[in-house]
Amino acid sequence: MSVLVYTESEQGQLKKTAFEVASYAKAVADQLGTTVTAVAVNTNDISALGNYGVDKVLNITNDQLTDFNAKSYALAIQQAAEQENSKVVIVSSSADSKYLAPLLAVGLNAGYASNVVATPSSTSPFTVKRSAFTNKAFENIEVNTEVKIVGVSNNAFGLVESMGSASVEDFSPSLPESQVKVESVDKATDKVTIADAEIVVSGGRGLKGPENWGMIEELADVLGAATACSKPVSDLGWRPHGEHVGQTGKPVAANLYIAIGISGAIQHLAGINASKVKVVINTDPEAPFFKAADYGVVGDAFEVVPELIEKLKAFKAQ
Amino acid sequence: MKILVCISHVPDTTSKINFTDGNTKFDSNGVQFVINPNDEFGLTRAMWFKEKQGASVTVVNVGGPETEPTLRKALAIGADEAIRVNTPATDGFSVAKQLANVVKEEGYDLVIAGRESIDYNGGMVPGMLAGLTDANFVNNCIGLEIEGETAKATREIDGGKETVSTSLPLVIGGQKGLVEESDLRIPNMRGIMMARKKPLNVVEPVEAKPETTSASFEKPAPKSSVKLVEPDNLDELINLLHNEAKVI
Repeated sequence: MSVLVYTESEQGQLKKTAFEVASYAKAVADQLGTTVTAVAVNTNDISALGNYGVDKVLNITNDQLTDFNAKSYALAIQQAAEQENSKVVIVSSSADSKYLAPLLAVGLNAGYASNVVATPSSTSPFTVKRSAFTNKAFENIEVNTEVKIVGVSNNAFGLVESMGSASVEDFSPSLPESQVKVESVDKATDKVTIADAEIVVSGGRGLKGPENWGMIEELADVLGAATACSKPVSDLGWRPHGEHVGQTGKPVAANLYIAIGISGAIQHLAGINASKVKVVINTDPEAPFFKAADYGVVGDAFEVVPELIEKLKAFKAQ
Repeated sequence: MKILVCISHVPDTTSKINFTDGNTKFDSNGVQFVINPNDEFGLTRAMWFKEKQGASVTVVNVGGPETEPTLRKALAIGADEAIRVNTPATDGFSVAKQLANVVKEEGYDLVIAGRESIDYNGGMVPGMLAGLTDANFVNNCIGLEIEGETAKATREIDGGKETVSTSLPLVIGGQKGLVEESDLRIPNMRGIMMARKKPLNVVEPVEAKPETTSASFEKPAPKSSVKLVEPDNLDELINLLHNEAKVI
């Protein structure tokens, strides 16, 4: 009865979130007095999982899983959970994991708690804290089914190393042909994504136009950050919809969120509330964002940001 | 084509969130309820199919009588009929089971649900509904074309988008991008008058035990006030982020 964790990879490499969900799974397994089994799909090197508390890896190599397909992935994880008799299954909060988890819940007849921000406060009843109302509140939720699925919010638990090594077992799920076929993928592979980012640099209407986004991107480059924007900016077409953070856009749970030229509408603040440290740069000292921020600079972004970039470059070079 | 659009009845995006009864229940006092924004994008896309390709559009909600004004608004926007499953929306799984029953009873080619509701943010109903009805499923859908029995959908992925092809019956989890924000419709007087005459059928629920229960709610701890740094002293900001906040 081990805790099962699905560890995501990209182009054969484990993602950072894979180590975070493994760390979380180890903490839950310790609470339950059991071990951790990871499911890895088409992953080249799984040896590092042992350093994050994984005892055993079910290693799947399957051409049918080359492109992500929610139904096939859910079925593979379901069969792994059944083999291991797992009562708790841990997944991340990536777009893919949120896509497959509800299908997995149906397959395993399991209750699913998404956006979970802490380890269970109780294992009987199984109670976890999750963010709700777009980070305006937390819900303590009891999962009443025999099998439970927990979706862990990104950056909520962090990485916890624990010395160990994982045994590896090849696993071959039985999968029907997928009815959803990937035709094309359009993805900037060299950019940090908002979902994976520990730091997010975000611009608003105060930037005055898309031609001024160069300094946002440069600041993000210096910090190894993802770029984002407020809703009016994506509505105006200055930036793609995928960068819009807020209640109807993407939620951001970064360690550091830097908002430049964003006044801080309630819907935007809700979307970034889960971020740990917020910095605001805005000319208007009355901007509501300053009430939600940890650090602020009242100043003109066109003067402050280029200087901040230079100073950060010097700091990083030290 | 028969289209079902699942409508969640949620607090307006500007709502302040509070709880009552010892922080165990959402406080709806003074809260304006609206069609869940992700569902509204889906409803608008459904209206496009109706007008350009020919389709019937039914909207459905799982909830008590208090959700009917939200369904009437969907009718005023142009849906042909509405169904309310007469039971409170407790958890995602039981809502999905009620919706699956409607789908099985009526049979739909396309079911559009928002990728998540902006209140509980569970993000599970569209996927569970697809699983329970054995339909194909595309989540985070930002584009959808249908030709006969074939669907081509674009979905947002972390850091980009992908295009997939699949077939009907299909469930999608829709979101912003499925239609342009400027295409969203505000009900006009004629639509509101016509909505009064359209059928709003109340159906009784099937048995579906909640798989999860809300034990309590809490609000984030109040924040300490912002530390302001002078624009000509950005070294101090870097110092604070490095030594105090430890984030760079």
